Amino acid sequence: MNTTTGADAIVLERLTKRYDGRAVVDELDLAVRRGELFALLGPNGAGKTSTVEMIEGYRRPDGGTVRVLGYDPRKEGGRLRPNLGLMLQSGGLYSQLRPIEALELFAAFYPEPLQPIQLLAQVGLSRVARSRYRDLSGGERQRLSLALAIVGRPRLAILDEPTGAMDAQARRETWGVLRELREGGTTILLTTHLLDEAEALADRVAIIDRGRLVALGTPAELRRGMGVARPVAGLPAEGGPVQAEGSMATGAAPGVPPAELREVRLELVAPLDAERLAQVGRLPTVQALRVDRPGVYVLRTASAGDLLVELSTWLLTVGIEPLAIRVGQGSLEDVFLRLVGEGGGS
Amino acid sequence: MSAVQAWRAFVAQARVELLLTTRRGENLLVTLAIPLLLLVFFSTVPLLPPPSWGGRQVDQVVPGILALAVVSTGLVSLGIATAFERAYGVLKRLGGSPLPRPALLAAKTLAVIVTEIVQVVLIAAVGAILGWAPPGGIVPGIIAALPWLLLGSIAFCALGLLLAGVLRAEAVLAVANGLYLVFLLLGGIIIPLDHLPQAIAVPASLLPPAQLAGLLRGTLEPGGVVDPIQAAALAAWAVALVAATLLTFRTE
Repeated sequence: MNTTTGADAIVLERLTKRYDGRAVVDELDLAVRRGELFALLGPNGAGKTSTVEMIEGYRRPDGGTVRVLGYDPRKEGGRLRPNLGLMLQSGGLYSQLRPIEALELFAAFYPEPLQPIQLLAQVGLSRVARSRYRDLSGGERQRLSLALAIVGRPRLAILDEPTGAMDAQARRETWGVLRELREGGTTILLTTHLLDEAEALADRVAIIDRGRLVALGTPAELRRGMGVARPVAGLPAEGGPVQAEGSMATGAAPGVPPAELREVRLELVAPLDAERLAQVGRLPTVQALRVDRPGVYVLRTASAGDLLVELSTWLLTVGIEPLAIRVGQGSLEDVFLRLVGEGGGS
Repeated sequence: MSAVQAWRAFVAQARVELLLTTRRGENLLVTLAIPLLLLVFFSTVPLLPPPSWGGRQVDQVVPGILALAVVSTGLVSLGIATAFERAYGVLKRLGGSPLPRPALLAAKTLAVIVTEIVQVVLIAAVGAILGWAPPGGIVPGIIAALPWLLLGSIAFCALGLLLAGVLRAEAVLAVANGLYLVFLLLGGIIIPLDHLPQAIAVPASLLPPAQLAGLLRGTLEPGGVVDPIQAAALAAWAVALVAATLLTFRTE
């Protein structure tokens, strides 16, 4: 019965979807491994839901192929769906039905379902088990939707923006549920526009923008790979002037940091003119420098301690008061903003 | 999905469909309260011309009310409920579950049949209290009328689903209720078509409610005759509406 080949639960090859001639999913290649929690991250309108709905069999691709657990979701949906748990962004429920009744209904669709009452407790809905669906809050509906997606013990759960309408507390609880689900062996594909969610949960993250894959890797890999391409002009080795407008180029393959770049970064917030900036760029331990936004500079170094000493000395010498100096790893947010652009990926 | 699993899924879905039928108050109003109210009102208040065969008023009211019951269940109740299930994404969610589509259709069909059985029993019972006495008796009369009730159910359920599958839910709400009123007044349901002016009666006779009401009158009124042309016309409507629904229905 299981026709899956290899270790991948989902395989997309050159997957394409167009609306009115515009590609919203553009030759996307992606593979989700069995047992992993995979996050599809992107700004609103990046093509996440279109991608997911082709995986679920709701939409017909205009090009490329989808295999889900070895099946074609449009032609072999009948055999695929018993293995699948779906949480749709737009999936509602009978307004007059109670959560416990909805879970009992969906439990009856699967051969070895979870206990509806226990599952309701697990997602924190025991208190409203006998309320009508129409009386639930947005967050409660979403938790019920999650419960409906996993009541059948699916091999693969596909969750579209699972925590969108939840408050912080509910979000944390949901993360716990998802981690447990993954521990139990379920493969999870989730979409999110929340960076902290992808960072906290995912084994691997794919960042998509305008229907294209722009980065793929573990959260740590993506963080290390931020800056992504090559050092800018102004490195000591080159000795040239730093271009104040020159943010770091992103031409090379994303997710692959040059070997000489280590993951320590230092953020300097200070009023610097072009000449002063060039001086910073020539400090011996600076490996790369870019202008994050006016007045905010990100330095990359192999040795943050040495750089701090050099930088402090230099600041004292030239008489500039820094507004802030921060040392640390980049967050996924930095990667994300770099790759999809600030202001929603334009 | 195994046959046993598909049966379990069907039973669970049918249970929910029936449960929801009882929970929708507006549903019970249109399927039960209004037909029974009209039955009692027009059987007891002498507004209609007396039956041509000189019997009781109730004898010419019950066949039309049975037609109205079928219209209310198929067009109004099923149509509006399905339209909102589509609008709220219930159909989409079910479509992504292992529930086989035939099991969903069977569950909805069962809910319609159960509703109609309750309607027919209540209408016959209230009719009997008011003195309804079809030729050959009530039970044989109902049995003789079953083919027309079934054919009418297919036509009006298809009409309800046709609207639900293409229009916005709010539009279905308006159109279904509007048609219900038009059919009630001009479909030969309360006022037999031959009491209406020719200019209305002739076009109205081409529509399925007049055909259903005509067939039920032909079966249940003293001296009534079933018109085979009406039966053929209603069957043609049923086929056309089912085909149109199958071609156009969208779950999203």
